[in-house]
Amino acid sequence: MLRLPRLRFLIPDSARQAAAMAAEGGPTTMLVAGGTDLYPNLKRRQFATDTLVGLTHLRELHEVRGEASSGFEVGACVTLSAASRHHELHAGYAEAAGLVSSPPLRNAGTIGGNLCVDTRCNYYNQTQEWRQAAGYCLKKDGDICLVAPSSPRCWAVSSSDTAPMAIALGATVVLAGTDQERELPVSALYRDDGIDYLAKQAWEVITALRLPPADGLRTAYVKLRRRGSIDFPIAGCAVALRMEGDLVESARVVLSAVASHPLEVHAADQLLTGARLDDETIAAAAEAAAKPAKPLDNADLDYFWRKRMVRVVVEEALRKAAAR
Amino acid sequence: MAGLLNELDRPVDRRVLVLRVNGEDHQLLLPVHKTLLEVLREDLGLTGTKHGCELGECGTCTVLVAGEPQLSCLVLPVQLGGREVTTVEGLTAGSELTPLQRAFADLGAAQCGYCTPGMLLSATALLRSNPKPNATEIREALAGNLCRCTGYSKIVEAVELAASGRG
Amino acid sequence: MADLKVVGQPLPKADAAAKVIGAAVYADDIVLPRMLHSKLLRSPHPHARILSVDASAARRIPGVKGVLTGQDLPIRFGILPVSQDERALESEKVRYVGDPVAAVAAVDEETAAAAAEAIRVEYEVLEPVLSIEDALRQPGDERIHASRSLPANLHRLQSYEFGDLAAGWARAAHVREDLFFFQGNTHLPMEQHSAVGQWVDGRLTVWSSTQVVHYVHRALSKVLELPMNKIRVIGAAHGGGFGGKTDPFAHEIVVAKLAMVTGRPVKCTLTREEVFYAHRGRHPVLMWVKTGVDEEGRITAMHFRSALDGGAYGSYGAASVFYTGTLQTVTYDIPAYKFEGCRVFTNKPPCGPKRGHGTPQPRFALELHLEKLAEEIGMDAVELKRRNFMQPFTRAVNWLRVTSCGLEECAEKVLAASGYRTRERRPGRGQGFAISAYMSGAGTAIYWNGMPHSEVQLKLDRTGVTAYCGAMDIGQGSDAVIAQIVAEELGIQAADVRLVTADTDSTPIDLGSYSSRVTFMAGNAALEAARKMRALLDAAVDARAGVPFLEACELAETKWGALSTAGSYTPPRIGGPFKGSGVGPSPAYSYSAAVVDVDADARTGIVRVNKVWIAHDIGRAINPLLVIGQIEGSVYMALGEALMEEQTFRRQLGLHKWPSMLEYKSPTFVDTPEIESFLVETVDPEGPYGAKEAGQGPLLPVIPALNLAVHDALGVWIDETPVTPEKVLKALKDGRVGPKMFPAVPWPEPIIVEPPARDDMRVGAELEAAFPSA
Ligand SMILES: Cc1cc2nc3c(=O)[nH]c(=O)nc-3n(C[C@H](O)[C@H](O)[C@H](O)COP(=O)(O)OP(=O)(O)OC[C@H]3O[C@@H](n4cnc5c(N)ncnc54)[C@H](O)[C@@H]3O)c2cc1C
Ligand code: SF4
Ligand code: FES
Ligand code: FES
Repeated sequence: MLRLPRLRFLIPDSARQAAAMAAEGGPTTMLVAGGTDLYPNLKRRQFATDTLVGLTHLRELHEVRGEASSGFEVGACVTLSAASRHHELHAGYAEAAGLVSSPPLRNAGTIGGNLCVDTRCNYYNQTQEWRQAAGYCLKKDGDICLVAPSSPRCWAVSSSDTAPMAIALGATVVLAGTDQERELPVSALYRDDGIDYLAKQAWEVITALRLPPADGLRTAYVKLRRRGSIDFPIAGCAVALRMEGDLVESARVVLSAVASHPLEVHAADQLLTGARLDDETIAAAAEAAAKPAKPLDNADLDYFWRKRMVRVVVEEALRKAAAR
Repeated sequence: MAGLLNELDRPVDRRVLVLRVNGEDHQLLLPVHKTLLEVLREDLGLTGTKHGCELGECGTCTVLVAGEPQLSCLVLPVQLGGREVTTVEGLTAGSELTPLQRAFADLGAAQCGYCTPGMLLSATALLRSNPKPNATEIREALAGNLCRCTGYSKIVEAVELAASGRG
Repeated sequence: MADLKVVGQPLPKADAAAKVIGAAVYADDIVLPRMLHSKLLRSPHPHARILSVDASAARRIPGVKGVLTGQDLPIRFGILPVSQDERALESEKVRYVGDPVAAVAAVDEETAAAAAEAIRVEYEVLEPVLSIEDALRQPGDERIHASRSLPANLHRLQSYEFGDLAAGWARAAHVREDLFFFQGNTHLPMEQHSAVGQWVDGRLTVWSSTQVVHYVHRALSKVLELPMNKIRVIGAAHGGGFGGKTDPFAHEIVVAKLAMVTGRPVKCTLTREEVFYAHRGRHPVLMWVKTGVDEEGRITAMHFRSALDGGAYGSYGAASVFYTGTLQTVTYDIPAYKFEGCRVFTNKPPCGPKRGHGTPQPRFALELHLEKLAEEIGMDAVELKRRNFMQPFTRAVNWLRVTSCGLEECAEKVLAASGYRTRERRPGRGQGFAISAYMSGAGTAIYWNGMPHSEVQLKLDRTGVTAYCGAMDIGQGSDAVIAQIVAEELGIQAADVRLVTADTDSTPIDLGSYSSRVTFMAGNAALEAARKMRALLDAAVDARAGVPFLEACELAETKWGALSTAGSYTPPRIGGPFKGSGVGPSPAYSYSAAVVDVDADARTGIVRVNKVWIAHDIGRAINPLLVIGQIEGSVYMALGEALMEEQTFRRQLGLHKWPSMLEYKSPTFVDTPEIESFLVETVDPEGPYGAKEAGQGPLLPVIPALNLAVHDALGVWIDETPVTPEKVLKALKDGRVGPKMFPAVPWPEPIIVEPPARDDMRVGAELEAAFPSA
């Protein structure tokens, strides 16, 4: 049986206190919500962590506040299944939450944890023994990237299903620090780096996700994975459209699982804005979206194929959003 | 790297927790890093809950937490916060099989039976929230539970039979 | 047999209730007082010499109660007598990443794992051999098994010629050659292997998740140098095998030895990753086939070559090579047949038997090959195949004896139900049709012995009847089959038959739950024992009709005293008069046919299976519920192999790419289509009530049928497994994806075998008497 390392488990009274505990603990202390990302990683000894600060005890993090017309504030510890079943949230967001892994996992995994999910790589999401046999890599204990040995950086893949949708929506997160709170657009939460993938302080706690008012936004998320359940995305596309008649008033297209961060493709947004959403526009937007996608040989299936599929998921997402 | 030995030097953070499992309260002194799966099997002797990966990838260890299926290999008891846990041993009240268990047995939905406890719990939760699911809904609700023996058809039929009330 | 009462009933499995309430005790569920936990230290290198092992640090850790290294278990073992090439813990060299080198027993798993990690092993790394091609070349450093007589890393080499090949080629109007590759994959039982050892007063007991208690018993006896009567092996409730738990394994030997050393019970449960290393799964096989047909499409000759990537050890490999060559002749009627097969060693986890053992690969090749041949000569492929279907009561050119054979009926059932002949023809939608045959148990034991292959004992007394049977119910429901047979004969309910199974102390011999042999062999043994018991009962009770069973039992015990009967089954000699004729003969062959319906997207390459129709000639369904269960499970496993499952390795590193349930893709509920099954009952003359097998045969036609459906949909050939979306796109570009060459193999001169008369049904002594004295 694969087991967790010995850990201290701290139970804070507030998000602020959680941040304080995490800050004080330093790099070997981590925040944990549902644990569905962290615990498997810890069992494989992907982190040298000895202390966890639990977030799920904090009641206020489980609340969904607001309404469709004014926008919702979704507590960070709301589970993915609760989010996916919430009828009034943006359809694309609920859709993305409902496509994460499998039903029992979604009952524990949280939306906050999903935004912070560790980047993934087939050389990294392996047991200690396997990584020892392969030779350690940059992301943990080693000094080269095994996927791109000549590269100075880590290319582990951003694999969150909901982050691209949150960005497409222009959502923000509320962050609790040790002595203050701040609001940050989700688009500013990520860095293009497989190791330091989050642009927040390690101890800062996401307390809520603020989604904009429904206000005519049409959203869709399309996820590609090998099996219809359990699997992480190997390509995905989140789309938020605002239509004016049959013209696109504004568009945001964000990709999942093709880079170390959720990939915003402004070229596609620009192409779509002001255009009629016909086959030609859709194809052009998909083409533009696929260009910056850079899948590598560190996830399921061939990376050439994954690159080709980006077009397909973008087209599908655009059509689906437009039809909503 | 060579870390396991160093880990043994760490003190064990133990907590007294009251776990409510299958309607009974158990007061236990537990290392916080033990998962619910380990506690059920090793501390409570409830070996009906099985495991196939311990990484959240197979669904074999599914139990109900406050009525919802969860992967016990990824749950820490300290995070349960008093929520009730139901395992396969807790499905039957007394010695009678539930209609779902009866249907699994009668239709051959359990071959080796190793995935069965998890399947039963996922299916139980489904039938509580949706008493008359169609085949697609059944497949989607159980899609986190892998089975290598049955090809799933008999499991779908068993859930349908239990739902029909004819079982 | 028209008035069967219990046989033919769709009864639940004998242990169904225990399994749905969580009461069944699997090996990992066993907890004994003072039990220790064991962890194996495995090699991080695919190929390396062990220079030294220093376990002193591990021994010093508080809580560690026992440490073993290769020195402690030097005796080699292996499932086949010709391949005694494994050690529980290696002391000289390691041959794959995951090869065990040391073991620890400690008070808990955490301590055991840390202690295993603390063992220092010094290696001299050797160049790994990772492909069939590499294995056929002279190795850079050294051979994987130095002592073998064959060159390079060849493990086995076979060549046979049956019938007049030259005449066959001369008669052919068309000849075609093709190359195919079948990727390796693994069983992935949901239960991770587990064993518990206990040593009390000079007697060893091992509980294991094995499929064959008898083989574990033998290996323990050999390696531990204990007589068989000091060892008891008990099969715990079984969490799935599919062939993956038919070898004796290092962890089973280690828990036994650690129990002997520490005096405490010891358990070892493998992690999922270790299960991938234990493996014994489907061999990757490269195949070349050449077939000639006459103007009517009748096969005149066939030449088949296979090269198996065996991994690091022999396992069942010597048999696996034969299996890639022998059953071709019992599906299609082939008048002249040449088979050349080889198996090589590579530095990867050992391959072995997985559902269909060695036959899904050639089945895949042959079904695609004949389809190509038909297309080439402008003939309907189904028609070409039908013209060559094996007929009942025929002796094949390689002496395999076919008795009942429902191939025609199976084919007709699935063709009709699927509407194959009138299917809609449009790009992106397709159907594929394929057939197969499989054995109902091997006719020859894997090690030479004169014992029956299966024995069943019945005990009857005032408490009713108990059947003792060595076979392990691995989920397929073999216990229920035994109970139904006994119940049928005694005129009682199946639930009234108590069962004691898979325990070497209390049950007689059975060669295990693999090779689809239990229903046929243990079933026949049970039938014999039950008929004897019935006679005793009848003699003790005047008019059974009115007397309740338990009362009748008491009357019988009163009349006869202690009452037991026994039955045995030994398959007749079927194989021909040549060396190697022992692999392939079976007392009966099951037949299957399948149609698979798919949508294949030309843009993405993604294949969606809409439905599978499958018909299976079971002989007789003693329990149709269980038969359908086996069929559906086989279809599922086949679709996994056809579409997504593969056991592949990182080049150079020789490291399994993804030893996890997440990345080794096993289809989920939503990836598995509707399956419609048809049972065809041909009532075999030698099977119990006419029964044959269902556990493996139905897997075979589904894999080629899937590829053929993709071909039907998109016009491309994917001459390898699995059919991944990227391959579909590549094939759309290039027309075909598949191997391009068959490597040079130093084939030996073939053994030339004179074929039998086609209607020669003789077996056993009668057959042997007829052999030419040479
Ligand atoms: C088999 C399997 C399949 C999966 N498939 C998918 C998939 O398809 N798509 C997908 O997106 N994910 C997938 N996941 C990953 C994961 O389960 C989900 O992303 C989930 O939403 C994570 O939420 P959590 O609450 O469990 O996070 P945790 O595991 O608790 O935390 C994950 C990370 O986020 C940090 N964190 C958590 N909450 C907060 C917070 N409020 N503030 C700051 N930091 C926080 C933690 O410190 C940790 O670094 C899968 C996981 C498994 C095991
Ligand atoms: S991308 Fe490179 S550095 Fe990053 S986890 Fe993978 S192998 Fe390691
Ligand atoms: S054991 Fe596999 S999901 Fe928990
Ligand atoms: S019944 Fe064996 S895994 Fe499902």
